[in-house]
Amino acid sequence: MYKYDEYDQSIVDARVDEFRDQCRRRLSGELSEDQFKPLRLMNGLYLQLHAYMLRVAVPYGTLDSRQMRMLAHVARKYDRGYGHFTTRQNIQYNWIKLEDAADILAELATVEMHAIQTSGNCIRNISSDQFAGAAADEVTDPRPFAELLRQWSTFHPEFSYLPRKFKIAVIAADEDRAAMRLHDIGLQLLERDGVLGAKVFVGGGMGRTPMIAPEIKDFVPADQLMSYLEACLRVYNRYGRRDNIYKARIKILIHELGADKYRAEVEEEFAQVRQLGIDPPAAELARISAMFAAPAFAADDGAVADRSDPDFAVWLDQNVRAHKQPGHAIVTISLKPIGGIPGDASAEQIDVMADLAERYSFDELRVTHAQNIVLPHVRIADLKAVWEALVEAQLAEANLDLISDIIACPGLDYCALANARSIPLAQKIGQRFADLGRQRDLGELKLKISGCINACGHHHAGHIGILGVDRKGTENYQLLLGGSGAEDVSLGKITGPGFDEDGVVDAIERVTDTYVRIRETGERFVDTYRRVGMQPFKEAIYG
Amino acid sequence: MKLVTGNDLATGDVIWWTGSGWTRHIAEAGDAGDQGEAIARQEEAARRVNGPYVIEASETPDGPRPAHIKDRIRALGPTVRPDLTLKPADPNAGSWVI
Repeated sequence: MYKYDEYDQSIVDARVDEFRDQCRRRLSGELSEDQFKPLRLMNGLYLQLHAYMLRVAVPYGTLDSRQMRMLAHVARKYDRGYGHFTTRQNIQYNWIKLEDAADILAELATVEMHAIQTSGNCIRNISSDQFAGAAADEVTDPRPFAELLRQWSTFHPEFSYLPRKFKIAVIAADEDRAAMRLHDIGLQLLERDGVLGAKVFVGGGMGRTPMIAPEIKDFVPADQLMSYLEACLRVYNRYGRRDNIYKARIKILIHELGADKYRAEVEEEFAQVRQLGIDPPAAELARISAMFAAPAFAADDGAVADRSDPDFAVWLDQNVRAHKQPGHAIVTISLKPIGGIPGDASAEQIDVMADLAERYSFDELRVTHAQNIVLPHVRIADLKAVWEALVEAQLAEANLDLISDIIACPGLDYCALANARSIPLAQKIGQRFADLGRQRDLGELKLKISGCINACGHHHAGHIGILGVDRKGTENYQLLLGGSGAEDVSLGKITGPGFDEDGVVDAIERVTDTYVRIRETGERFVDTYRRVGMQPFKEAIYG
Repeated sequence: MKLVTGNDLATGDVIWWTGSGWTRHIAEAGDAGDQGEAIARQEEAARRVNGPYVIEASETPDGPRPAHIKDRIRALGPTVRPDLTLKPADPNAGSWVI
């Protein structure tokens, strides 16, 4: 894992001191809310429905047990005993007091954490593949590049006031576990003729105008990547609209300019930027990469998990993935218990996950964009012990990628922007499909719920998506089918008129019943949808 | 009736204008009549409230009930965590929101 050098620590500490003074001035009445708001947002502090909300960055979703314990400590000391893991691989606390905010950031800084890049019109927390460094299918670990981008983008003076927020994802495998093409910039690291580089996609995103990022550059060698990204951002910063917040994202610029024109502008800028020498020397990448070196894996002892306990066997099949190192496995801890709140974990559960990481996973954890937690490096011989501890902590739901593994935004229960509640819907759907055998029969089915058009719950990318809207003061839910955030990326289409809360749960059941009736062997739900189209599902829903 | 609501500057708590000050409990909120906007401006300028705004509500035997679900959730707390609402001991509190 990356460890701060003196420079990293000093800028984070300085930021805490600066924010402490800003909070003091706000509390004393020296600053108005209009003056203070942009300052607090630059430090991850929002004002939501019930209180201030603090979003803490987890760069590329990677953290160690010391940091995870700090997250539990913050939940316990400053919040109400829990935290909410988000689709940007971060964590949010919903009940923060302004008078505590600087103290929280100071405590986080002691374990190399902060809330920088979690709000504002800057480059946000870089996201990545939660299986990085463990996946058998990656060409390289994407995290050293994500870390380089974090350093490049942190407080970048030219890109601190972009037309709008800017999200970057980095992956290094053909399987896309990070919704890479639904980002402002998506990078797929790959090797070509022995040279490491990246395929660059620009202009994707969800929100009110969902778009899949077109490929802008087939291959940029790694030693030119930063210059190329600088050029991509410069063109956006120059031409991106600032007159209309709804048209300010880079996806709108590329849509209006056209990918070819944008590409040409970037190439012209790239030719200039390359002369500036901003690409880091190879030694710097090597220095960072060394911190992400594979842990000292034990030799393969030939261990095979004992499947005699049927509950453990199901969990193995559902939540455990192959590791690139023989004798090891990747464990995903579901934060989606039936009837629970997607992404929420109590301080006690966060501590349990930290303990398990320290004892069984080389001290590493990952936050996934699907609001789960990963133990990336677990010996196969230890899987049973890990599972037993998870059962004890009520963290052993064996539903990864099944219909109850729902992404849901906080919705109207917490969010000031939301139009409808998301969480109660997730709970009802989970309860309707609680039978694990039925869920497993349905197979991979990614269900995603947003409480408003901003799409924090990724509803456009759900095999089944739900969008909550406000219809004359009451909650109404639109149903979408056919989206995907994976390598088979696609945007869901609305089925038709919306439903009330119970109606949408019934509609989903009619959709899944239809799928079961017409699926062909080996087809996932989304495969069947793509083969037959909307009509059979529409008929089942609306008659 | 019209209510003025906002968030407490220091704690972020949802607060309601009583007619002479602020309270966390909507049952104690007072009808601001046509003075709502003026009260909001004055209280915000005095740094006693954050982001105040005026809402429509109806009078009920249990006190004011905001017209919009968002403000009813603000008044009570998250519907999915009854233990964190202002009425954790009342199992039926959520029905007031919906």
